[in-house]
Amino acid sequence: MDAPLLSIRQLAVDFKAESGDFRAVDDLTFDIPKGKTVALVGESGSGKSVTAQAILQILPKKAHISGGSILFNDPAGGKTVDIAELGPTSDAMHAMRGGRIAMIFQEPMTSLSPLHTVGDQISEALMIHARVGRAEADKRTEEVLARVGFPDPRRALRNYPFELSGGLRQRAMIAMALITRPALLIADEPTTALDVTTQAQILDLIKELQAETGMSVLLITHDLGVVANVADEVVVMYRGRVMEAGSREEIFRNAQHPYLQALMRAVPRFAMEEGERLTPIREVKSASLARVHAVDRPQPKGPILKAEGLIKCFTLRSGWFSGKTRTVRAVNNVNLALPAGTTLGLVGESGCGKTTVSKMIMRAMRPDSGRVLFDDGTGPRDVHGLEGDALTAYRRSVQFIFQDPFSSLNPRMTVYELLTEPLRIHNIGTSDERYARVKQLLDLVGLDQRSLRRYPHSFSGGQRQRLGIARALALEPRVLLCDEPVSALDVSVQAQVLNLLKDLQSALGLSYLFVSHNLAVVDYIADTIAVMCRGYIVEEAPKTSLFRNPVHPYTQALLAAVPDPDIDRPLDFGKLRAGRFSHPSEWPEPFRLVHGEAGIMKEIEPGHRVRLGSHRAREAA
Amino acid sequence: MIRFLLRRFVTMLVTLLIISALVFFIIKLPPGDFLTNQIAELRAQGESASIAKAEFLIQQYGLDKPAWQQYLVWIGVMPGPNGFSGLLQGDWGWSFEFDKPVVDVVGDALWLTLLVNLAVVIFIHVVSIPIAIYSATRQYSVGDYIATFIGYIGLATPSFLLALILLYYMNRWFGVSIGGLYDAQYAGEDWTWDKIKSLLSHLIVPTLVIGLAGTAAMIRRMRANLLDELGKQYYVTAKAKGLRPTRALLKYPFRMSLNPFIADIGNLLPHLISGSVLVSLVLSLPTVGPILLNALKSQDQFLAGFILMFVAVLTVIGMLVSDLLLALLDPRIRLGGSR
Repeated sequence: MDAPLLSIRQLAVDFKAESGDFRAVDDLTFDIPKGKTVALVGESGSGKSVTAQAILQILPKKAHISGGSILFNDPAGGKTVDIAELGPTSDAMHAMRGGRIAMIFQEPMTSLSPLHTVGDQISEALMIHARVGRAEADKRTEEVLARVGFPDPRRALRNYPFELSGGLRQRAMIAMALITRPALLIADEPTTALDVTTQAQILDLIKELQAETGMSVLLITHDLGVVANVADEVVVMYRGRVMEAGSREEIFRNAQHPYLQALMRAVPRFAMEEGERLTPIREVKSASLARVHAVDRPQPKGPILKAEGLIKCFTLRSGWFSGKTRTVRAVNNVNLALPAGTTLGLVGESGCGKTTVSKMIMRAMRPDSGRVLFDDGTGPRDVHGLEGDALTAYRRSVQFIFQDPFSSLNPRMTVYELLTEPLRIHNIGTSDERYARVKQLLDLVGLDQRSLRRYPHSFSGGQRQRLGIARALALEPRVLLCDEPVSALDVSVQAQVLNLLKDLQSALGLSYLFVSHNLAVVDYIADTIAVMCRGYIVEEAPKTSLFRNPVHPYTQALLAAVPDPDIDRPLDFGKLRAGRFSHPSEWPEPFRLVHGEAGIMKEIEPGHRVRLGSHRAREAA
Repeated sequence: MIRFLLRRFVTMLVTLLIISALVFFIIKLPPGDFLTNQIAELRAQGESASIAKAEFLIQQYGLDKPAWQQYLVWIGVMPGPNGFSGLLQGDWGWSFEFDKPVVDVVGDALWLTLLVNLAVVIFIHVVSIPIAIYSATRQYSVGDYIATFIGYIGLATPSFLLALILLYYMNRWFGVSIGGLYDAQYAGEDWTWDKIKSLLSHLIVPTLVIGLAGTAAMIRRMRANLLDELGKQYYVTAKAKGLRPTRALLKYPFRMSLNPFIADIGNLLPHLISGSVLVSLVLSLPTVGPILLNALKSQDQFLAGFILMFVAVLTVIGMLVSDLLLALLDPRIRLGGSR
């Protein structure tokens, strides 16, 4: 057998911190064989990104390699090099970086400079490492852009990153990494920020390119679904150490280490039993959660929240200097109903209009037409017609949980200030009562009461999201609008937050509108699911019915694109490669919608409705 | 693009019109004007000949008319005693105090001001940018602390005080008089090579004195901007590509951190004129600042009005230039707006 491309032996990376040195990577040993994909799995803070940075010698200033070796056997010839011995600014390291070992990052949005064209940034990589002229570099760039799937590579050369979608940006990053034909590609969470369908396409692309060029891939991820689909070998890291390593088969069929087993149990899967609970790695402990009960108040007879015929158009200006405008229907005739005490999941890719819908429900945005009806037990009333006390009461009843737990909490307010702010705004209680309420809220979400004086930055992502939930609960709302509440969190923490939301719902009788792009997550938490695409609700059904019998081609594509952490249920890349399932005019009959028509919703089983083109509907009638 | 320029041009004109009205009425706010004050003084002394001349001037410039009429005559949209003759026609008015046309009073001072200030702007950027880059890339190093410390001193030192100190010690140690912008013997002379040499050597101290606070502030801001950009992902990408550190730094984060400064050009121009008045007074620089101060004190309305309008025009043009530069340098502004 060949020597592996990269062998890491007893690698240690230390960080200098004010509180003394901190070892981020400890005694790390693994190999990356030639032409294979090795997945490095772990939660955030487990040292997987630091490992990647150490391989490229782009560690932050406070960190340094304090021991071990990183042996690189370049298949293009030359002798084995120990990267750990090279100086970060040495010529050999510069040639290695981007030339023999390339890297792509999680955020395609921020990983590219907004001020330089895509072509410039990609060809730059080539011009650093190969003696080529401008014209040759542009030609090669165009070729590699075409290879990674840019529809119009010549134009893309002059495009700026912000003109591209997230998927195309990540393709541009891949093009930039691959133009020098590296022997090793390090992909640091390459698909975490992308929609499931785009994720599947990018993973497919990486696999294809790997087969073509014979490069090795080091895939860093926390998503076991991705690992099950693309990795050959798996290394599980926890707190800078390897917990378990082996082939994909061994890892998924016969996980040995309790940490890995726990990680597996924390991922929502489609094949879960009815009523089965996820097991987070660290369970939220709350003394009061079991004892709280719903506030006694009149219950609505119909749905607590209802959207009727919501339409919202946005006018886009195509540039600063031109006066050209065009109108986009972000939300097109959306009808939703949320029965009290249940969860309605709203699923779709980014840009499908799901956030716009939630903003209109919150009355942060006015619909062009249609109504939002809220029923607090005294009969449905139009939310956008509310004024004065009625509006204040509505604001109390409907609260929001945001996606990003880092930017949704003011870093200059203590936990106490954050949690009492809703109470202060609504003038509820004396300061003693507020204090008691805040303590109760903290316990409800399983946080220590001693954290009242602390600031948000001293909490982890999952803890911050729980603070966000506590803040949303402060006013005893009836409805929570959750906009991608777990998509910024690690799987282990995700399970924790999802379970918390479930428990709070059954204890407090809350109703959730749960917006997400992750079908498996929605499947776990929702009772009814509405699938949204290009401003339309294309399919709506109770969850069992939707997953048993998805009818709409878009729903089917979404379902097919979710990577399952089960190696017996691999992604069908071939099916996803067609890739035109999010264009209403290219759906097969009878689903095809042309010229912005709304079509009609047809009920195919009780509660299961699907949108058909009106052409077809007319025929049927 | 052309539509945008046209729109901007119209708004610029409207802005200038509003500013001219504000400028004129604020100058007219205190009771009386230069001539009536002077007449009162002359009456007290009983000089009838001068009074006659002053009264002739009052007639000539319509100072006996209501303020709004004076304003319209001043900007040149209403016929005055000499027909249409105002700012729009290029007639900048008469300075009562100097008894000369405004053009002659401000003539040299205007472009000397621009020269001094241009020198200051160049000095600030040339000195502060390298220091800021050094400071930011070696955050919390000894060099960074020294640069920061000197920066604080620069910020905290009143520039007129520094001017006084330099004035004294330059004279005492080197026997050089650093007041003025050229040696006294050249005053009123034509521009010969010797006079230009004298000008350049006199330019050094004012540039240093006026520029110091700006340099210190610029170092602080540039360092903070750059530190923000250094933490960005695209810089890591550039390094992972194998770019050399200096090239990666200048091409990506540095370029990004320049944006706020380009946006600032519009503010820079007027600030430089009004900001250096004190220093100009101390160093007796023949710039516009002291003239403006004097004109405002003595209510020499056309002179003051002209200088203020000049500053306003500079500001508006500066804003346009910085907007156009930003659009040129930042594609997000040029092509964005769709989100």
